[in-house]
Formats: sequence, structure tokens, C-alpha cells
Amino acid sequence: MGDLVSVEDLHVTFDTPTGEVAAVRGIDLTVAAGECVAIVGESGSGKSVTARTLVGLAGRDARIRAARLELAGTDVRAHRPRDWRQVRGRVAGLVLQDALVSLDPLRTVGAEIAEVLATHEIVRRSERAGRVGHLLDLVHVPEPQRRARQHPHQLSGGLRQRALIASALAGEPALLIADEPTTALDVTVQAQILALLAERRAAGLSLLLISHDLAVVAQIADRVLVMRDGRVVEQGPTERLLRAPEHPYTRQLLDAVPSASSRGRRLSATTGPARTALPARPEVRRGDTVLTATGLTKRYGDHTVVRDVGFTIGRGETLGLVGESGSGKSTVARIVAGLLEPDEGTVAFERTPWTSVAERTRRPLRRQLQVISQDPLGSFDPRWNVQRVIAENLDPDISRADRTDHVVELLHRVGLDRNLLGRHPRALSGGQRQRVAIARAIATRPSLIICDEPVSALDVSVQAQVLDLLADLRAADGTALLFISHDLGVVHHLADRVLVMADGAVVEQGPVGDVFTYPRHDYTRSLLAALPALVTTGRP
Amino acid sequence: MTVTLDGVPAGATFTSTTERAAAATRRRRLRIGLIAAGAYLTVLLVAVLWPAALAPGDPLAADPLNVLAAPDGSHWFGTDNLGRDVWTRVVHGAGHSITIAVAATAVAVTGGVLLGLLAGLSHRIADETLSRTLDALSAFPTLLLAMLFIAITGPGTVSLIIAIGLVTLPRHARVVRGLTQLVRRSGYVEQAVTFGLSRPRLVLRHILPNAIGPIPVLAVIGLGEAVLIAAGLSFLGMGPQPPSPEWGAMLSEGRNYLHIAWWITILPGLAVTATVVSLTVLGRHWQARLDGRHR
Repeated sequence: MGDLVSVEDLHVTFDTPTGEVAAVRGIDLTVAAGECVAIVGESGSGKSVTARTLVGLAGRDARIRAARLELAGTDVRAHRPRDWRQVRGRVAGLVLQDALVSLDPLRTVGAEIAEVLATHEIVRRSERAGRVGHLLDLVHVPEPQRRARQHPHQLSGGLRQRALIASALAGEPALLIADEPTTALDVTVQAQILALLAERRAAGLSLLLISHDLAVVAQIADRVLVMRDGRVVEQGPTERLLRAPEHPYTRQLLDAVPSASSRGRRLSATTGPARTALPARPEVRRGDTVLTATGLTKRYGDHTVVRDVGFTIGRGETLGLVGESGSGKSTVARIVAGLLEPDEGTVAFERTPWTSVAERTRRPLRRQLQVISQDPLGSFDPRWNVQRVIAENLDPDISRADRTDHVVELLHRVGLDRNLLGRHPRALSGGQRQRVAIARAIATRPSLIICDEPVSALDVSVQAQVLDLLADLRAADGTALLFISHDLGVVHHLADRVLVMADGAVVEQGPVGDVFTYPRHDYTRSLLAALPALVTTGRP
Repeated sequence: MTVTLDGVPAGATFTSTTERAAAATRRRRLRIGLIAAGAYLTVLLVAVLWPAALAPGDPLAADPLNVLAAPDGSHWFGTDNLGRDVWTRVVHGAGHSITIAVAATAVAVTGGVLLGLLAGLSHRIADETLSRTLDALSAFPTLLLAMLFIAITGPGTVSLIIAIGLVTLPRHARVVRGLTQLVRRSGYVEQAVTFGLSRPRLVLRHILPNAIGPIPVLAVIGLGEAVLIAAGLSFLGMGPQPPSPEWGAMLSEGRNYLHIAWWITILPGLAVTATVVSLTVLGRHWQARLDGRHR
């Protein structure tokens, strides 16, 4: 005994109008006191349902069946809602992905934490304010007294997540369940939150960490369980699992992670043999520039979001643009796409002025520059099916009779079948939607495609497929890419050169290898240091 | 309650069994109302298109020997003060009332969509001017505003149509303006700009079709209201002139005989009420279905 969590043969099914859906199909799980266990899986694997079941939040239509389901030695299978209220916060604290959703927007952070103290009668009323300050101090929120009086929207993402953790710790639980606690955060903030979780663990707290990101988990977990389709496919000590994965799915997940070492190789086995070489990059002709941006500056009121940004993209070149949220990278993308006028500076596309000109002047060249956004669904007219979405961007000179054939050919190029033609994008998976967006973009054979966080919303294995697809298309068409991402691994994998942005300015640029190996600027160094790295050396 | 959980297909929602039972009862009740409304509107449509099928007589034929007869086998809605058959007049009056309502709604929708689109696409000053004007227009009670208009143009069917159209136009304009602003900032319109679409094509192909989504539903509900306003104005003598059998005019003519011959007023009044209720039920049901699909 002594296990905080002890689960045997857990099944969770949901009644839906279309029948039963099994989310968890018989898993065993134990978390010992002081241990950090991680559940890793992609969306739909059942990892979150498992976590929620442990605190009685699986949902009203969930049917839970288990041979054993114990929390801190107590059988919780027959728990009723009021019993669960005693468990939540007191026995197990829960931290979810988005603190802005998890914290009540109308109440101060301090009130939120004090409520936990009151519910579980942790301290006397007169001592609550002091305890709130102590808890915020524990999670390293600076100026705890002042922050306690603020509302969630007044806090940055990192501080909010800290406050949420403080509220989860307020009931002095022995176990903290964290469901994707860092997914919504920038990489440097993520590193701080992971450090905080590690610190709490060192102080004796047990952790159950749910994540889609093996690299995050590798930082602090003792043991990892890999889930897929409601089952645990592999589990073991973190280091062993990463170094010598036994199950093909674990290996597939590890292969799919883009990084410096994956450069030039396939990430996904579905697009060709995994870890084999990608087709050669298009020959980059730096002398022949597709796009030149000089001195771009954009202000909103007193706030300068982009400051003196300049770069060139050569024919067939992939330029990576990295930066954290608020660094101005998306604004640069909009300026380059000709959707936003800069206050100062110019852009020339195909040696033609692209800014400070009328839209009418830009229009003939529009077909040469295409945009792929993070949210493909939002970029499709909601009334249209796949065929119309893609056909809209076909050359207007193509005859009516040939248009369907062209669309089918484009679908084929992005690895989709013609039976999707009549489907509505809403009915497609995230990966399929992004492929449709890519098919639409390559319909014009553009010389430059701006990809604004094209894979950020995708699962790692789907991301791998899309990245492979982009590499294949780039090689076939010689298209230049402006690839914007917060993920340094993705950029390292795909880009020729990289531009690092912070607070609206370019802090460093150069060939990917140079910048990532010998970063000269402090900010680049801190980004790289914060990047959770997978130790996978020694694998074939 | 809608819970989205990892591991469950998108779109799957969960409701408890009691909630489900309650929803089923609601649906059953709704279906009965819907069938009744549909049946009534079908009869109404026949009355508009082919009144002789329901009432072969002449709505203007007076019978001085048979005035103010109570409803019976031969005149089942009774006769009025001139001995005209009330049933025949109600049936033939449907054409008048519904035509006015449909035409007025067409005016309101056309004008509302155009003005709303214009306001939504305009820059701040033009948008503000248009929107405030529409706000001022809708600040007046609709009936009062319509009376004001008719006081200037003089009574008659055409001025009635324009008056009703004008006073119900702002609501369509407002919805379209709001949606236009939303749609024109949407990802897909921005994306279409990068495809090099010209502005008129952008508006016609993407913005307009997506901004008028709720208009058909709004128009059906508005149709009921138009019937009501038309009857009200006709009652006050501002619509089709006697002896034409318009519902509002019939109410007005019969009101002096209310204490001895209730059927002259009550029965046409019921026709107005049933029309408004049926159109509203239909419109709301349609709206609910659209909302359900988008949720």
C-alpha cells in the first residue's frame, strides 16, 4: 500500500445519441507517494478522461467500471457527488490547460484560492488572507498581496497558471493532477511552470501529468504511460521509454517529433518510410529574391508591435520566423500577405512594390503568394464543401468541365481521396482540413507560401504528416516558404534560415544551423535553453 | 449540458435521461403546434390563391333581407350589417391582407439588407450616420410611424405597403450590418483577399451570402407582424377602402354592431390572430432548427 492512486482495469464509456463510445478500455495505473507519473497520448486517446475520472468529473453520462479504483487507500467507486467534493482539492488537486477558463473571471485570484481554504476548512477565517499570500508566494507569484486582489484577466498566462496551481494546492492535497498544464504557454513560461511543478514534487507532492508532448513529460516524470485508443500501449521509466521504446506506436510518436536531428528526414511513416531522407530541398537561389522586406514598423496607438523588421526570401528558400506570443510575428505575416499596411517600411514581392500600393495593383500578383493559417476551418467559407473551397482558387481560365479533375488532382497531391469532394470541412479531422488548405494554396503554383503556425493545432503524428507534405511539395514545386512558428523544433526541422523576433524586433537571423547552434543573442539562448529536449540518442 | 472531453468524437453531446425525457415532451408539444400552424397556413394559402374553392360566393353581394344573421348552416360565419356573408369576406380578404404583408416584408427585407450591407461595409462616419438614422427610426412605435407616413402620402394599398415596409426595415438592416462587420473580418474573407478577388466579387460571393443567414427566418416572423400592422392601419381607415373585404377594414365596419352581432368582428379578428400565431410558430421552429444545426 501507500499508493496514492491505485487503478485496475478501468473502463469508461459514454452514452451518446449514436450509441456507446468507449473512451477508456481497461487500464491499470498506480501513483506512489512522491512519484511523478505521466500519461502521454494524442487527442482521443482517453488520457484526459482517465484524469477526470480520478476526481469524479468524467461527466454525467459516463459509465465507469473498474476492478479497483482507490484514491489514498479509499475505494471511490461508489462515491456520490458530495463525497467527490471532499476528494477534489483535499485529496487530489486538479490543474487544467487554460487558467483563463478555469478561474472565475468575476472573482479575484485571492478569493478563488480562499474559497478552497474555506471549503475544506484548512485555516481559520482570520488567517485565510495570510494563507492566500503564502500560497501565491509558494508558486513564486511576485508581490502576492497585490496579485491576490487582481482578476484573472489582469495576469499574464504564466502568472494565471501559477495562481491556478496555488488554488489546487490550497487544500493541501497529496496528489496534483495536471492536464496539459503548459500547452497554452510560451516555451520560456512553460519551462518556469515545469520547474515549479518539479519543485513542488521535491517537497513531497505526487504528480499525475497528462500531456500530448513527450518532451515536456521527459523533463519531470519518473514513469510514462503511453495511451492510444483508450488503452495503455507501453509504460516504463521515462529514460528507458525514450531511449528504447518497445511498442511501435511509442517509436512512431518519438519519430514524429521535429527537431534539429530530424532535419532532412521523414517524420511520419505514413508519407513514406519513417526517418528516411526527404526529397532534396529545392535549390535556393539567394541572389534571386522572391520577397524583400525593409524597415517594417507597425504601431497601434503608442504601442509599437513591429519595429524595423527587414529580411529577404530567396527563390525556393524556407525562412523560419520564430518568437513567442506577442512578439509581432503574426503582424509581420499579415503585412507580408498584403493584408495590413505598415506604418513605415516597404515590401517588394517578385521585385514589385507590395506595400503602399492599391489593392488593384497587387491583385495580378496575388496568385503567386498564398497563405495557410493556423485555423483552416476559419479560412473556409462556412457554406462550402471541399470541392468549392479548393476550386475557388483554381485558375479562372480552366474550363468548367475540367475543374473537378483539377481539384481531384490537388487532393491527390496532398494525400486526400476524391470521396472528400462533397464533404463539408466541418466534418473533416484537423489534419485533413489543413491538407485541404494546402491543396487550395498550391492550386496557383505560388512562388511563396506564408504558413502562419500551420501545425500548432495538430497532434504530433498529424503534424509530422503535414510537415512531410510541405517538404515534399516544396521539393516538387520549388516554392519558397515563410514559416511562422512558436515551435523551435519545427523551424529547425524545416527551415533554411531563421529569424528570431522578440517584442516586435528581430533579435537574430541567419542560417538555422548557425543560429540554433551558436546563438549570439541572449533571447535566442533563453528560448533554446527553455526548449524541452528529448534525449533519444542511442536509438537506431 | 454539453461536455467536451478528450476521447469522445467531436459533436457528441451528453444529456441526462431526465433532460432527454423533458426534451421529448417539448418536441411532441411543439410538433402538434407545428402541424396546426402548417394546416392553417395551407388553408390560408388556398384562400389567397383560389378563394372561390373555399367560398364560391361574391364577397360584395349584399342581401338586404338577411342582415346580421347569426352563424348557421347556410352562413356559417353569419352575415354583416348589409347582409354580406362574413365567411366569404374573410376568405376573400385573405388575399388583400396577405398580399399587403408579403409585399411590405419584401420591401423591408430588400431595403434592410441593402442598407445593412452598406452600413456594415462603410467606414465609420457613413456607418454611424446610417445606423443612427435607423436607430431613430426604430425608436418610434411602428404603428405611429406608419400612420405618420400615410398621413403624408394619403391612404391606399401602395402607401400601406411602403409604410409597413419602412417601419419594419431597421431590424433587418441591423442584423445584416452586424453580421457584415463580423463576416468581413473573418478568416475566410481575409483568405479570399489573398486569392485576389475583386471587391464586388468578395461582397457578392462571400460577405452577402454569409451575412443574410438569419434573414429568411426573421422575414417569416416579420410577415406575421406585417399582417397585424396592416390590419391595425386598415382598421383606422388607412388601407384598402370599403367595401373591399380587408380584415382590418372588416373589424372597423363591424365594431358598431359588436353588442348585437359579435361574429362580424370576432371571426375576422380570429383570422388575423391565427395568421400571426402560425407564422410566428413556423418562424421560431425554423430558427430553433438552424440554431441547433450550428451549435
